Amino acid sequence: MQTYFQPGLDLVIMSPGTISEITILPGHDKHGNPEQFDQIVIRPGDTISIVGPTGSGKTAFINDIEVFACDDTATGRTVLVNGEIPAEEFVRDPSKKPIALITQNTKCLADMTVEAFLAMHVRARKMSGSAIVAETIDLANQFTGEQIQSGCRITALSGGQTRSLMVADAVLISNAPLILLDEVENAGIFREKVIEVLKDHDKSVIFVTHDPLVSLLSDRRVVMRHGGVEKILEPDGREMHIREMVARMDLTLCRFRERIRAGELLTEKGFTV
Amino acid sequence: MKLIIIAGPPSAGKTAVTRQIIRHFIDKKKCAFLKIDVVRAFEDEELRDEFHIPARKIYSGDLCPDHTGIMVLKDALSWAEGLGTDIFIVESAGLCLRCSPYVTQSLGIVVLSSVSGMNSPLKMGPMISLADVAVITKTDLVSQSEKEVFREKTKEVAPAIDIIETNAIQGTGLRYLMRSIDALADIVDANTIMLRGIPPLGVCTICIGKREIGWQNHFGVVRKLDGADDIFRGD
Repeated sequence: MQTYFQPGLDLVIMSPGTISEITILPGHDKHGNPEQFDQIVIRPGDTISIVGPTGSGKTAFINDIEVFACDDTATGRTVLVNGEIPAEEFVRDPSKKPIALITQNTKCLADMTVEAFLAMHVRARKMSGSAIVAETIDLANQFTGEQIQSGCRITALSGGQTRSLMVADAVLISNAPLILLDEVENAGIFREKVIEVLKDHDKSVIFVTHDPLVSLLSDRRVVMRHGGVEKILEPDGREMHIREMVARMDLTLCRFRERIRAGELLTEKGFTV
Repeated sequence: MKLIIIAGPPSAGKTAVTRQIIRHFIDKKKCAFLKIDVVRAFEDEELRDEFHIPARKIYSGDLCPDHTGIMVLKDALSWAEGLGTDIFIVESAGLCLRCSPYVTQSLGIVVLSSVSGMNSPLKMGPMISLADVAVITKTDLVSQSEKEVFREKTKEVAPAIDIIETNAIQGTGLRYLMRSIDALADIVDANTIMLRGIPPLGVCTICIGKREIGWQNHFGVVRKLDGADDIFRGD
């Protein structure tokens, strides 16, 4: 394992296939109390939700992962790749970083067409082939109800379209093994589909979320309190019943939303989920 | 005493970066701060209130703020040295994208905002190419793709520059900046400090208040539309 992190072996490091796990070691909460877990190990295909009240340290938690904290952030946590402190280039060069962070604030600012924008990213990555641009748009369209056309201007996309495009870009062009999504539920994308696709591509994903469905669909829930990890829940099927019910409720709400958008009056006396 | 010179366009996050530097070092080192600005500045008051460090400002008024900075730097070094400062931070006004206030025996930091457009590094030149470190701020606000392209363009201007990406408000990723500051040598001899490059020329009759247009109406170093060389025109 040691050899992966020697300078000059970038290509070995870069291939996401070489990342077998990312490990988070405990730090402390806002009051300086040590966090009560040994380690959190994230492997390809894992889905984790970070939950907790506002100000409990959810965003700080994923920021630690994003910067590969090594006891040098406010929380004192350390993040390892394949059990070791990752190489510096790995941490610093966004084109080599194995992590893509997409937040509510993340925007595409460039006034370009979707196609030109993705092509620019493909060029910056020194990748070849134009097929990947079309594949990325197709994938993004699986996440959103409003179809994205290749000739659309990036700046004209809706919030949900933009977020869908960024997730698809992270999966296919950035090929990042770990994707961090900070409160994406507000963006109006198909959350179940995103989770399914990320699992299919063997990507790990961490959601910072207040959304019941996203939380219930995750394999693990990290509960935050006072800036530290309070506990880690692994429902392991025990929430199945509620999960299915919430999924149905979500679908019902989605249908109502579509009908409201279509200009209908919802005059039923009641409904079942 | 270590000297840090921070330049960068307005609103790029120079003061946010300054704040992170002070916050990081304040328990171990004595910090002092000088802001050079044109009309109004508040950074000195903010930093003094927040960190209780010696902080002051100077207004350049009608003079190019870079020229002002160079004029006053020697006095400023004596001031900071006299206070027993370990780390002296000078922050430029950051106006014309041509600023290059970096001097020898210092760490030159250019602060660039990733939301300013992907081609913006190409428009700046010496402000980037003469710096040691480029701190790219607000990277949490832009897409991965734009972040990568911004980095490529910065390297196009300064292939060897040390690039640090950050959300400067939160201070993510700044450990590499702090490491550069740790490694920075103290000033050896303030009398031998020199500018690394030449700032924008300020020797013409526009500088002294003549408002007529056309080089024919001016003296000193003037420029024509055709013929790229600077020429000196006497009376």
